[in-house]
Amino acid sequence: MPKVLLDWFYVAVFAVVGTLMAVLPLVVVWLLAPRADLPQKTITYESGVIPFGQAWAQFNVRYYLFALVFVVFDVEVIYLYPWAVVFRQLGAFAFAEMLLFLLVLLVGLAYAWRKGALEWV
Amino acid sequence: MPWLIELLKAIGLAVVIFTFLAVVAAMLGVYLERKISGWIQARLGPKHIGPQGLLQTVADTVKLLQKEHITPRHADALIFNVAPVIVAVAALLDWVVIPFGKLGDRVLVVRDINIGVLYFAAMSSVIVIGIIAGGWSSNNKYALLGGLRSASQMISYEIPLALGILWAAMVAGTLSTVGIVDAQVRQGSWFMFKLPSPIGWFGLPFGILASLTFLTAATAEVNRVPFDLPEAESELVAGYFAEYTGMRFALFQLGEYGEMFGMAAVATIMFFGGWTEPHLQPYMWLLVTLGCLVVAAVILTTGLRQTLLVRPILMLAGLGLLLSLVMFFGTRAGLSQVLPSLMWFLAKMFALVFFLMWMRWTYPRLRLDQLLTLSWKVLLPLGLLNLLATGFVLTVWGR
Amino acid sequence: MGELAAFMILSLVTLIPAVVVVTSSNIVRAALSLVPTFLGVTGLYVMLQAEFVAGIQVLIYAGAITVLILFVIMLTEGGTGVRTRQLNDQVPLGAMAAVWLAFVLIVIFTRTGWPTAAGVLPAYNVVAVGNAFLSDYVLIFEVTSVVLLVSLVGAIVIARRED
Repeated sequence: MPKVLLDWFYVAVFAVVGTLMAVLPLVVVWLLAPRADLPQKTITYESGVIPFGQAWAQFNVRYYLFALVFVVFDVEVIYLYPWAVVFRQLGAFAFAEMLLFLLVLLVGLAYAWRKGALEWV
Repeated sequence: MPWLIELLKAIGLAVVIFTFLAVVAAMLGVYLERKISGWIQARLGPKHIGPQGLLQTVADTVKLLQKEHITPRHADALIFNVAPVIVAVAALLDWVVIPFGKLGDRVLVVRDINIGVLYFAAMSSVIVIGIIAGGWSSNNKYALLGGLRSASQMISYEIPLALGILWAAMVAGTLSTVGIVDAQVRQGSWFMFKLPSPIGWFGLPFGILASLTFLTAATAEVNRVPFDLPEAESELVAGYFAEYTGMRFALFQLGEYGEMFGMAAVATIMFFGGWTEPHLQPYMWLLVTLGCLVVAAVILTTGLRQTLLVRPILMLAGLGLLLSLVMFFGTRAGLSQVLPSLMWFLAKMFALVFFLMWMRWTYPRLRLDQLLTLSWKVLLPLGLLNLLATGFVLTVWGR
Repeated sequence: MGELAAFMILSLVTLIPAVVVVTSSNIVRAALSLVPTFLGVTGLYVMLQAEFVAGIQVLIYAGAITVLILFVIMLTEGGTGVRTRQLNDQVPLGAMAAVWLAFVLIVIFTRTGWPTAAGVLPAYNVVAVGNAFLSDYVLIFEVTSVVLLVSLVGAIVIARRED
């Protein structure tokens, strides 16, 4: 079997075995722990008071903006991975190319900064 | 049947690594955290259960195993149950690529995946989903808010984390963890201190900046102080795991501590040479011995003898003494590998974990907007500049 | 033989959650079912020995895009677990369109002569990908940065207009 397939086969086995071993203590609890289904126990915890209102948060665009800027920069980081591995062999031209790529994205970062997309308050 | 042998090997290694995580990362890690926090706060941590309180976490685990599993009403039961498992399994999967040492020619790693550190970063991003799922499915405003804020924090720090990883991958020329350590062996020095010759010690600022970026991002990724606002006890009542009881809570903690140890392990691999022995001249080991003797003498003779820190510092000084004496005689005798590589790896990893725990009681908690500013406006530009500067230096002066 | 079994398992892991995504009336469950779908696709990439793409798939799709989708869902009405109606009056028309499309796709798939000669796989994907986009496909690479910039600016403009 090629090395790549064997590597990821191990990863798959780890995922399955890990899930089983993580579920194991939960099963032990299901067998051992007491279960008293009192209605007071399942009330949502809100520091001792009776909760009111829906259990969802008011929409705030800042969560979305952060996730969005994150996605764009994550894609950029993906381009950096192969560049980091090969650029020593390819010389100055490769470095210049990546410099150009990063400059364009730094312009994007500056734009996001100026427009307040990176502010939390 | 060769695939059956591989399957059995994989299952065996999975059980071993999961047990290692559960015992070392979760149990020993929590014990160390409580002891070290205690010493820093001028008190003794756990000391009654077992010798020096070592069995405290075992007792805690037994206690948690018989706590009732409460599912809040109107909670999404399926997702509520699955979330802690996601976090624990993602933290476990991180450890597939981490090399523990080298026996002869064999590297002690589960699988040396070609895209090693990229795989590590990918598994860290899967944990975020478990946290959001846990926070939402609790049907609790505070848990939901805590989960979303925690997720915002974690995704914000994933970019600086990746930039730290990229720096090491760039200098080593490979994404494989074993490859990165081998590159440091070839170079003869750790990436934190030196870049490949002929740059040498001029690489020190780049190495320090990269490792600090990575360690800061790693601390934020595992929601530790000073970045633990999402789970701060005084603010959001444990945030996204507010409604989790008993063993489910323990699984979240296992995931977090496993991830913390994983980050420390990857940091030692990328910046501190992984399993390699520090190659110092014999006389330098003699200096270390002298230093430990001085520390022990100061503690024993001055008024510091009365303080709480006597025993741990004496212990550390004694260990340091033993270690440096062994290293001194070993290097004098010309041995190429005096102490086992596994020991060096674990020592470096625990040193970093100690550093993380020390930071916890040294710095105040950052507010969420300060934390996000630090990531996007400081670490990201600095990380990119560091990458570009190191690339420039390597292109112009490297080989 | 083992490869076929692996492909079957991965296809099931990809397709069944995908069906859940499309048909579930609970939006958050639908969004969370995306994760096993993406992981199944990761497995399929690994079977093609495209390791780098597999790593990226987990990093971007399961890590970033799912988070983005979850943020948007949880901060709007869908976050309350409100059941959405899955069927409306256009079901017959939609079903006819789906059947027709499936028919067309099956015809295309069975009539195409898929080349079955084995290609040569590079030993280390990341190096091959890096070499490729830093030498042969440079222009596309640079244009990608502009595309990313445009999407960032566009999304910020749209999101900020909500204020």
